[in-house]
Amino acid sequence: MSWQNFLQLAALIAALAITVPPLGRYMANVFGARADGSAPGDRFFRPIERSIYRVCGIDEKREQRWNVYAAAMMAFSLISVLVLYALLRLQGSLPFNPTDRAGVSPMGSFNTAASFVTNTNWQWYSGEVSISHLTQMLGLSVQNFVSAAVGIAIAVALIRGISRTGSRNLGNFWVDLTRGLVRILLPLALVGTVVLISQGVVQNLNGHTAATTIDTTVTDADGNALTTQLIPGGPVASQEAIKELGTNGGGYYNANSSHPFESTNGFTNFMENYMLLLIPLALVFTFGYLVKDKRQTKLLLAVMAGILLVFAVFTSLTEQSGNSALGSLGVDQSISTTQSGGNMEGKEVRFGASACGVFAASTTGTSTGAVNCMHDSFTSLGGMAPMLHMMFGEISPGGVGVGLSGILVLALLAVFIAGLMVGRTPEYLGKKIQASEMKLVTLYILAMPFALLTFAAAAVVIRSAATYQAGPHGLSEVLYNYASTANNNGSALAYQGTGTQWYTVTQGFSMMIGRFFTIIPALAIGGSLAAKPKVPATSGTMPTHNALFGVLLVGVIVIVAGLTFFPALALGPILEHLSL
Amino acid sequence: MRAFIRQLRPALFATVVSTVLLGVVYPLVATGIGQLFFHDKANGSLITRDGTVVGSELIGQTFVAPQYFHSRPSAAGAGYDGSASSGSNLGPVNPDLLAAVQERVAAYREENGLSADVLVPVDAVTASASGLDPHISVANARLQAARVATERGLDVRVVLGLIDDHTDGRSLGILGEPGVNVVTLNLALDDMS
Repeated sequence: MSWQNFLQLAALIAALAITVPPLGRYMANVFGARADGSAPGDRFFRPIERSIYRVCGIDEKREQRWNVYAAAMMAFSLISVLVLYALLRLQGSLPFNPTDRAGVSPMGSFNTAASFVTNTNWQWYSGEVSISHLTQMLGLSVQNFVSAAVGIAIAVALIRGISRTGSRNLGNFWVDLTRGLVRILLPLALVGTVVLISQGVVQNLNGHTAATTIDTTVTDADGNALTTQLIPGGPVASQEAIKELGTNGGGYYNANSSHPFESTNGFTNFMENYMLLLIPLALVFTFGYLVKDKRQTKLLLAVMAGILLVFAVFTSLTEQSGNSALGSLGVDQSISTTQSGGNMEGKEVRFGASACGVFAASTTGTSTGAVNCMHDSFTSLGGMAPMLHMMFGEISPGGVGVGLSGILVLALLAVFIAGLMVGRTPEYLGKKIQASEMKLVTLYILAMPFALLTFAAAAVVIRSAATYQAGPHGLSEVLYNYASTANNNGSALAYQGTGTQWYTVTQGFSMMIGRFFTIIPALAIGGSLAAKPKVPATSGTMPTHNALFGVLLVGVIVIVAGLTFFPALALGPILEHLSL
Repeated sequence: MRAFIRQLRPALFATVVSTVLLGVVYPLVATGIGQLFFHDKANGSLITRDGTVVGSELIGQTFVAPQYFHSRPSAAGAGYDGSASSGSNLGPVNPDLLAAVQERVAAYREENGLSADVLVPVDAVTASASGLDPHISVANARLQAARVATERGLDVRVVLGLIDDHTDGRSLGILGEPGVNVVTLNLALDDMS
């Protein structure tokens, strides 16, 4: 990494450091931090919210127990899946389809509906080839918003469970959903959209524009003249903004954030990287305000940011140092004043190799999955880093809402293990952690590895599923792609053909297991904790805001992922690296 | 289960409301703002010559004729296919990648009259992520300058000057990496003659 690379990383950290705390505070107020329940912008937002409640028949004063909250979330997800499935199937006969896209196959539609509703945004298809403008707007953009708002709602409900005492209720799902959409995601997305358009990210309703290219002597492989270039259109910027802010990651076009129309220059790349980290980090501050203990924010933030930074710097360094297999072929991969160098296969000149490392770490530490370069062409170790980062359970800082829930669950596991060591009943923020919570924590933690390893093992055994590259890289592809779907990430090692029936179906299920078998236990934990009284801290209480607990928490994260995934990683990326 | 069924009604209405607000109003308002205030950018930064669209400033094109600067290899369709963006996605030790790079290195040296010990800039022999990368590195452009100058009967210093003119620097001086825009550079060369 050159000093410019470090400067860019420093600029990203600075931009986040300035904006994340106030946003976290704002969100805390949106979700009831003030005693009177008021929030900034009430005069503007209240009438909008009230009319939404009226139309939907929601009684905003009526709070829900955890199981009703979960039922509301599941009902909303079910309707979302059905609507999106119908849109995908029928898009061929619907309007706003200037490029004449046909309806998507049943299996493919199931996969994509599951993908966007679970905030995964895994794409087995290529956006510009398969999806109409109408589906992009009514289907995918809408799910980008609401799946993120669901994540925020879940996190807020879990926080209420921790901070309330002797209550049965976690809030009202519909109110939390509406407030997250109207007061947080929509305003931020509108600002982001306008800035992106000002940089050249396209925003129109056109189909392809046919350009007569400059060099008239170009031919295809058969010698036919190739002098027309189809330049794509679409409402891209509006989707790009929420794609990053909602940690969704599904590209309008196949090449995602490496496409010049999704990210035009170094600034848009920086901004998209910033946007995908913004809300997950801010929610950690929201947590501190809502439980009235800002020391917890500092501890969780240090753990999340520490892990993220390690992966960002490591991946930047490995990608910037180049592909050693090209070393003997007469290729100059060095960094100089006239080239940025590095492993440039699958990377764009305007971003450079180093910025790809930072983006890759950010996109896999959150559950975004947007890519500004092709992870499949990363070096062996550079490619293992984003995969391992996902296998940590996406808690650094994690997807919008679900990342915070994830690290809180791991924190419960950490206090439990610490409690066992000293023989005391473990407590977290004054709440006793007992068998019923620990069963739910176990369920939460096992869901992702189960969906990842079971399906990946089956895919390797079933020979018709072999659509990957030869050698250990093929295993890396299978592992990465199930890690991505099971963690609701959505990035891919994209050489592998995943449009087959086996993959569309199993990856559809792995996304749903990864989403709902974590969200529902998280809500159940919230419900169980809300009912408990707060026990006063004594000299025997283990504090959860000091360095010792930080080390313990990192230890739990690393050991859980390491024990689960090391054997598989050894046969994939590690073997590939050693064979160089 | 009763709770679930009772929640289906608000779920249905919430889906309808969010679809209208976020799927219709939001993208159309954004499109309106874009078309009104950033008309050219919102429509793809298109370049026209004599009323014909000849490309976009942001989307690379294939150039094979020797009087043009050549773009990076592309995995988008048959090369720079704007309707099929894609990287090669070849793994780092895939034999196909290594063979392709070896071939491109030899072709690049021959095209530009370089001796066998000149190292070739990595961007010249690797496919970009989008397959539509409009840029090449400055090092790559300078190695091609002599060929382009000879083919066009220009002084090489003029061509090197044009490379500088069409080098997009880092945004705000620090973000991203510099690159030479091959599309606008080649158009500028054509406009000179």
